[in-house]
Amino acid sequence: MLRIEYAYWLIGAFLLVAAMFNARAKRWAMTAFWAVLATPFLFGEAILDANARGVRWPAQGMGLCVIALGALAARGDLRMLPEAASAVAARLRSAAALGNRLFLPALAIPAITLALVLVAKYAQSRDFALIDPAQPTLVSLALACVIALLIALRTTRASPVESLRQGTRLLDTLGWAALLPMLLATLGSVFAATGVGDSIASIVAVLIPTDSRIACLAAFVLGMVVFTVIMGNAFAAFPVLMAGIGLPLLVLRHGADPAVLGSIGMLTGYCGTLMTPMAANFNIVPAVLLELPDQYGVIRAQLPTAIALLAVNIVLLYFLAFR
Amino acid sequence: MNYWPLLGVAVVVAGFVTRRNPVLVVVVAGLVSGLAAGMGIGDLLSLLGTSFISNRALLLFVLTLPVIGLLEHHGLRERAQGWIAGFRSLTLARLLVNYLGLRQVLSMFGLIDLAGHAQTVRPLLAPMSEAAAERERPLDEANRMRVRALAAATDNVGRFFGEDVFLAFGAVLLIQGFYERQGIHLEPLAIALWALPTAIAAFVIHAVRIAWVARSIRRHNPAGTTPHAAD
Repeated sequence: MLRIEYAYWLIGAFLLVAAMFNARAKRWAMTAFWAVLATPFLFGEAILDANARGVRWPAQGMGLCVIALGALAARGDLRMLPEAASAVAARLRSAAALGNRLFLPALAIPAITLALVLVAKYAQSRDFALIDPAQPTLVSLALACVIALLIALRTTRASPVESLRQGTRLLDTLGWAALLPMLLATLGSVFAATGVGDSIASIVAVLIPTDSRIACLAAFVLGMVVFTVIMGNAFAAFPVLMAGIGLPLLVLRHGADPAVLGSIGMLTGYCGTLMTPMAANFNIVPAVLLELPDQYGVIRAQLPTAIALLAVNIVLLYFLAFR
Repeated sequence: MNYWPLLGVAVVVAGFVTRRNPVLVVVVAGLVSGLAAGMGIGDLLSLLGTSFISNRALLLFVLTLPVIGLLEHHGLRERAQGWIAGFRSLTLARLLVNYLGLRQVLSMFGLIDLAGHAQTVRPLLAPMSEAAAERERPLDEANRMRVRALAAATDNVGRFFGEDVFLAFGAVLLIQGFYERQGIHLEPLAIALWALPTAIAAFVIHAVRIAWVARSIRRHNPAGTTPHAAD
């Protein structure tokens, strides 16, 4: 049976390769960053097992690794150099030669993922566990990536080393931004464990009538938007608002459908992302790129859409979550 | 109740407002929140470590990078640009509505970074939008900027309200992971499908707005041209 752990080992190995490419280029901060990040993938299961048995030093070491990643990211020299003009010309030649065949491996990733999920479901109904039934989508995605890579290597006639080098180039371009969703989720867990959600929930309980379904929903939606505007990221707002209002009040008390609440609640936060300069890479960077005189020009252009969509989301939440 | 852990939220807000490195802000916020809750250093470190490991599924997209990197190196982006540029005889509204739809569908299939402000909007969509608008009427400076901003906004809306329908997108996994830790088991597919109504609403709302802005630009009177009477 294919377990999700195999995919994690694959990620760990790729991160080590990325560290190696950076070491060869003598970019030591990058080398350390990817090498440290490889540890939760290579040893994650062992660390969690040890922690469950009461051996706590590996988990504590992992905690130190998280702090080290923060310190390395703060050094700010995790930047890449721009590419040469000859590389652009070579890409244009190759694009003309390969044509639409280039789309096939890219489209193969989602297509194969979907197919594998369906196959796994069918196999499971026949009592044959091909893919870990706990994580079918993720295992399928990992397997689809491997298959798509083989197709891409065949299409481009490139060597596997080349694909690892190009993968590393993309990873380096992302830099610390690649880590942000994972870290924000970690912060969410820490907030939950330290009672931040409970504190907010108790403040909300004082402020709004928790018996009222509409009042709770309004507080949740408003909170998602305000937190997202302040933090510039719906990912960061989600765990706080879910732990504070969504789970205790809407799901457990008023019986909201968790899948609907999670999905549309997150998208409500996205409406906030469209409104805030804190989401710099989406709202401020393009204004600079397009040489707009007003740095809030893009936000102004999408504000009416964001507000109208927010209203639609509230209505959708009200009717779909409490079916 | 101990309200001091809320200091962690304050650190996040202050850190983002003062534009510190987000990774550092998040790590510091976690430490502050834990210490304010009265946790010991050992407990806090192992909490950080185990939470980090439990959330590692969020980095699964890294496995797509060797594939996408290789294809990009062989001209995937250039090919995509050439393909989109084939639709040259479009009006501003049709061009942007088509791009919006295409961007949403690509994002739904996880091809989120195939397009973007640097990759497609600046080199391709913005110039094409200006050209499409100018075919109908000459643009003054203010309207040219409106067209550009609308192009960037269209990319954002298409991206945001398509990606959540993709099964393996980070947001879907974040939602699933949150419930899983609270003992509620959900399939990612169930979460992703509930993003569809909002995705459709986003398409309709933004398409109507594109048409409205395009119409207002078409009817706008650049300085020096004869005004229409009672439009």
